[in-house]
Amino acid sequence: MEIRLNVNGKAVAVDVPPNMPLLWVLRDELDQCGTKFGCGAAQCGACTVHQDGAPIRSCVTPISSVAGKKVTTIEGLSPTGSHPLQLAWQEFDVPQCGYCQAGQIMTAAALLAKNPNPSDADIDSALDGNLCRCGTYLRIRQAVHRAAELMRTQSSNPLRTTAGK
Amino acid sequence: MKSMKRRFFLRVSAVAGGALLIGGGEEAAAQPTRGSRQPGPPILPSAFVQIDSSGIITLTAKNPEMGQGIKTALPMILADELDADWKLVKVVQADLNEAKYGSQSAGGSRSTPNNWDLLRRVGASARLMLVQAAAQTWNVPATECTTDLGRVYHRASGKSLGYGELAAKAAALPVPDPNQVKPKDPKDYKLIGKSLPTVDLPAMVTGKPIYSIDFKLPGMLYAVYEKCPVFNGKAVSANLDEIKALPGIKHAFIVEGNGDVASLASGVAIVATKWWYANNARKSLKVVWNEGPNAAHSSVVYAQKAQELFAQKPAFAIRKDGDVEAALASAAKVVDVKYTFPFISHAQLEPGNCAAKFENGKLEIWAPSQTPGRGLQMASQALGLPAADIVIHQMRTGGGFGRRLANDYLVEAAWIAKQLPGIPVKLLWTREDDMRHDFYRPGGFQHLRGGVDAAGKLVAWHDHFVSFGEGEKFVSSSNIPPAEFPAQFVPNLGIEATLIPTGIPTGPLRAPRSNSLAWVIHSFIDELAHAAGKDPVRFRLDLLGEPRVVGKGMEAYDAGRMRACLELVAEKSGWGKRTLPKGHGLGVGFHYSHSGYFAEVAEVSVDDQKRVKVHKVWAVGDVGSQIIHPSSGINQVQGAVIDGLSEMMAQEITIDKGRTMQSNYHQHQALRMKQAPPEIEVHFIKSNHPPTGLGEPPLPPLLPAVANAIFAACGKRVRTLPMAKEGFRWA
Ligand code: FES
Ligand code: FES
Repeated sequence: MEIRLNVNGKAVAVDVPPNMPLLWVLRDELDQCGTKFGCGAAQCGACTVHQDGAPIRSCVTPISSVAGKKVTTIEGLSPTGSHPLQLAWQEFDVPQCGYCQAGQIMTAAALLAKNPNPSDADIDSALDGNLCRCGTYLRIRQAVHRAAELMRTQSSNPLRTTAGK
Repeated sequence: MKSMKRRFFLRVSAVAGGALLIGGGEEAAAQPTRGSRQPGPPILPSAFVQIDSSGIITLTAKNPEMGQGIKTALPMILADELDADWKLVKVVQADLNEAKYGSQSAGGSRSTPNNWDLLRRVGASARLMLVQAAAQTWNVPATECTTDLGRVYHRASGKSLGYGELAAKAAALPVPDPNQVKPKDPKDYKLIGKSLPTVDLPAMVTGKPIYSIDFKLPGMLYAVYEKCPVFNGKAVSANLDEIKALPGIKHAFIVEGNGDVASLASGVAIVATKWWYANNARKSLKVVWNEGPNAAHSSVVYAQKAQELFAQKPAFAIRKDGDVEAALASAAKVVDVKYTFPFISHAQLEPGNCAAKFENGKLEIWAPSQTPGRGLQMASQALGLPAADIVIHQMRTGGGFGRRLANDYLVEAAWIAKQLPGIPVKLLWTREDDMRHDFYRPGGFQHLRGGVDAAGKLVAWHDHFVSFGEGEKFVSSSNIPPAEFPAQFVPNLGIEATLIPTGIPTGPLRAPRSNSLAWVIHSFIDELAHAAGKDPVRFRLDLLGEPRVVGKGMEAYDAGRMRACLELVAEKSGWGKRTLPKGHGLGVGFHYSHSGYFAEVAEVSVDDQKRVKVHKVWAVGDVGSQIIHPSSGINQVQGAVIDGLSEMMAQEITIDKGRTMQSNYHQHQALRMKQAPPEIEVHFIKSNHPPTGLGEPPLPPLLPAVANAIFAACGKRVRTLPMAKEGFRWA
């Protein structure tokens, strides 16, 4: 069955069973492997992508349910890898193994798009579904605050990224 | 091992295009092989450093990277001694070639101590050759030349040359003896001790396909592998024809296995054009299993058995100092309690996977292994292929924690690939496969008796450890070492054990043994401190005694280094100096493991619903004279604290009818962000000892620190893990 959707700004068509999860369409049909498989059961958040700007768990999202929708993955968050979250993540040297971090960043990006000045509690509750098995939570929290700050100082700048919108 | 004088050698060659290639190694005779006195295999020179005429320096990261930062830390040692410009340094991951690189495993926090001396000498020798090449070019004494950022300078004449320009000339010079070369004075380090940008960091935050699971080859097929839910059970038959008719499925076959779950468990392989087809086909898979004898095993039976065994005399002694029974009989106060901890799973975030291709009798493997050398041997044996016909590429992994010390995923992938010559195959486990077929941290039961005298001094200690194994042979990672603290510090001390046979696979998990023993030992020490009416820090300082090294060789314990950690953590946490908010308590623990000394304090509060909040943790460690990359060092310690909290609250693997009852993170929970302490303060004491690893030693003391803080906060002693079983949960 052919299904059309928009991935990272590009129109794509895939011919797969309607119940194939978006995660596996991204990874194996479209060769976008930045989105990770951790649990396959909406337990870890490693597979988080945006559907029309909202964070979803792609491992439990049948491809048929995103037909005609806009999907953004870590590869499409910013064309140059310079989304404020990506910069802040490097500034704070957040990752250990790094495997969870694409999911963390995508969830955080959706949060910042809605809430430019989140509190610790806002960050904790937005990222509650994202496990970091290596335990980098303190740095993730710091980096989200830093990214929020970067976005606010950029907001007068016409070049500011619109990813996550 | 410590006393053995290590000797190194160097090999240098010129490469086309004017590049200089420098390798080094440890001479065979000096190489200790784990567990034996035999010398290791002969070592060929290995290419650690390549300096191109353009000035680009390529450094080889030889050990597997799993998030511990070794791919950055080891090259930093080379680059610092070389005085290289880090901006012109490229780090590449080496393929497996232990003849070339020496040991390439990652485990036991050994990567840093094993490579520190060698890499410093290789780097320093390379720098020396470049200096000599420049000195010859300018006709000046080498002693007048200095180096910085990849250039040699002659200040008097104002001349300078880049390493790239000198590479070809240096390659033609006589090779220095690395044993005579003097590495830098630590005060001259320019990179070591700096938090340089971690290798792969930009790739990680932009979603580049750098992990093992991301690796693809043209024409690759994807496999799943259904194993018997009962460990070591065998696949008898399956509805293979039905499976083969499903969409995307290319092959389905039974694998008999070789009776060793660490190598090749029996199961059914399904191979498809895409992974999801293969995995989806499992819903229709019907297998007849021969479950075998392990189907009789269960956690409930183990727990009952342990209680029965506690009523009997221990089966054998591990250590006997003084006269424990007499000392207990004459002690002023005796504490007699039992502790229980569960099996747990590694649950690293990237599930087991491996790619392999078999073609023209040769096998090529792309593996996320912590012990690729052992993986190669196992594949060779299981498949009946000469080791020389197998090549292993090391892949970056999404966490290890000890799970990837085993190579079962590697042998499975290799076996499946061998059935499909010429076709690259990628095996990927689901989370359920990963959790149900782990090599678990073994559970255990401890009956402890301790006595303090009228002065409050610990005079007697007895541990009856009911663990797992056969006779006197413990299963992997379930033993208690005879020198385990407080052995050597208590005059009358006995450790005895009784083992319960088990068919459940066990193995090392981050800080093996220590991750459970430290909790038991330091919780019990806390109980004894209270019985003695002493402050828990004071009681521990008295127990450690004067700064000195106690015991010899592998049993050496530096009481001075531990005291220093304990004193500093007490100071930093304001131990005994602060008035705590109501319902708050401070707890302390320390532990020596993997050559590292750590002491930790936790501040927690507990409400009347037994909801626990960890407000802050202070960790002080001594892992030698240098923290090579402080940012990743702190990250490791903070991660170990979070990991320890996960282990305490909710993680437990239970067995029923020989199968694992947990399948995914909802049943084996890791800490979430909102449960993490808002602050984890980390301090390193830089003592005058060679640097050692950081992956493991910060974890063990966390558990008793928190358990003791819970007692301080609410008066309830945690004697069973996970503590959710005692009604606790996170606030
Ligand atoms: S893989 Fe989707 S939530 Fe874990
Ligand atoms: S960095 Fe390893 S799981 Fe988060």
